[in-house]
Amino acid sequence: MDEIRVIEIKKSIFEDNDRDADRLREDLRKKGVFLLNLMSSPGSGKTTTLIKTINALKGQLNIAVMEADIDSDVDAKKILEATGVQSIQLHTGGMCHLDAEMTRQGLDNLDLDDVDLAILENVGNLVCPAEFDTGSSKNCMILSVPEGHDKPLKYPLMFSICDLVLVNKIDVMPYFDFDLALCEKYIHMRNPKAQVIPICAKTGEGIDKFAAWLKDQVKKWKEN
Amino acid sequence: MHELGVVFHCIKEVNEIAAENNVARVNSVTIQLGEVSTVIPELFDDCWNWAVKKETVLKDAKVHIERVDAITFCEDCKQEYPTVKYGKTCPYCSSLNTYLVQGNEFLIKEIEVVDNPPAGDGK
Ligand SMILES: Nc1nc2c(ncn2[C@@H]2O[C@H](COP(=O)(O)OP(=O)(O)O)[C@@H](O)[C@H]2O)c(=O)[nH]1
Ligand SMILES: [Mg+2]
Ligand SMILES: [Zn+2]
Repeated sequence: MDEIRVIEIKKSIFEDNDRDADRLREDLRKKGVFLLNLMSSPGSGKTTTLIKTINALKGQLNIAVMEADIDSDVDAKKILEATGVQSIQLHTGGMCHLDAEMTRQGLDNLDLDDVDLAILENVGNLVCPAEFDTGSSKNCMILSVPEGHDKPLKYPLMFSICDLVLVNKIDVMPYFDFDLALCEKYIHMRNPKAQVIPICAKTGEGIDKFAAWLKDQVKKWKEN
Repeated sequence: MHELGVVFHCIKEVNEIAAENNVARVNSVTIQLGEVSTVIPELFDDCWNWAVKKETVLKDAKVHIERVDAITFCEDCKQEYPTVKYGKTCPYCSSLNTYLVQGNEFLIKEIEVVDNPPAGDGK
């Protein structure tokens, strides 16, 4: 009879990915490339915000974009047409998140030589991307007004891993019972260090603040 | 969809452990899954059974899922309460100054394996 043996492991399923992510972060630091992981629910305004922000940073930062939100190249094409920056579509095969290995493969398809800022538009979903560290330098998420101010209570993990929360679509605030102060309170309950910037990607309001945040972060990243 | 992604991660991890330990077969894998981890046990089970069929060492591996109850601690009144029922708000004193003690884990606890015969064993 075959002898059966039990191996005790007690290891988190995310440990491997966490290690890959740390390695990628280190490699990017050496190259001087800042990677922003941008997350949100579908339709919160990731692509619209990126277009406005990239154009606001023209001539100040060299930017490249990886689109993973949906498995078609609509968003990547839109970014390229509207901004002229390098933009590629990652094929996620219907996966609900990107892990560090997939992110590395995506970056390998970009020409990073002069790039200061690489942006990953992650899969639209507030659950799975929060579990998988992509190797990004910073995490940012967009919460749009129609989604409601209680989202931080419903998706605590996502809010706890984000360095910056953009509250988008503030133009439609009058039509929704969205309480910005309460929303900020809920965010800070989950993550006291998170910064919050209200924006309207449609009109461009607040985009200057996001652009300034990015410039500051990229500068700090390169100094280290 | 999330379940399939984590199943692949889990299989990758177990394959590595199996290789390190020179095992012939993995009979079963025990997972500890918190009540408020983002994974639904029934779906995980289905994805697992589908995904291991394509494996070699893991081909017949069963998955056992152990649930870990979610418990939240209130820093104001120092009491614990079930997270799923009451959420962030302490049912004893209504405080929001609370944190999760356990319940979001997703661990590979142990695996049951059959070893390869030692090299040069002529039996
Ligand atoms: N009213 C309003 N609509 C917006 C704003 N930002 C984006 N949208 C709209 O929201 C929809 C989804 O935007 P998109 O950028 O594609 O979201 P993504 O799926 O997160 O990339 C589009 O119809 C946008 O025009 C905003 O600030 N205000
Ligand atoms: Mg998009
Ligand atoms: Zn209490």
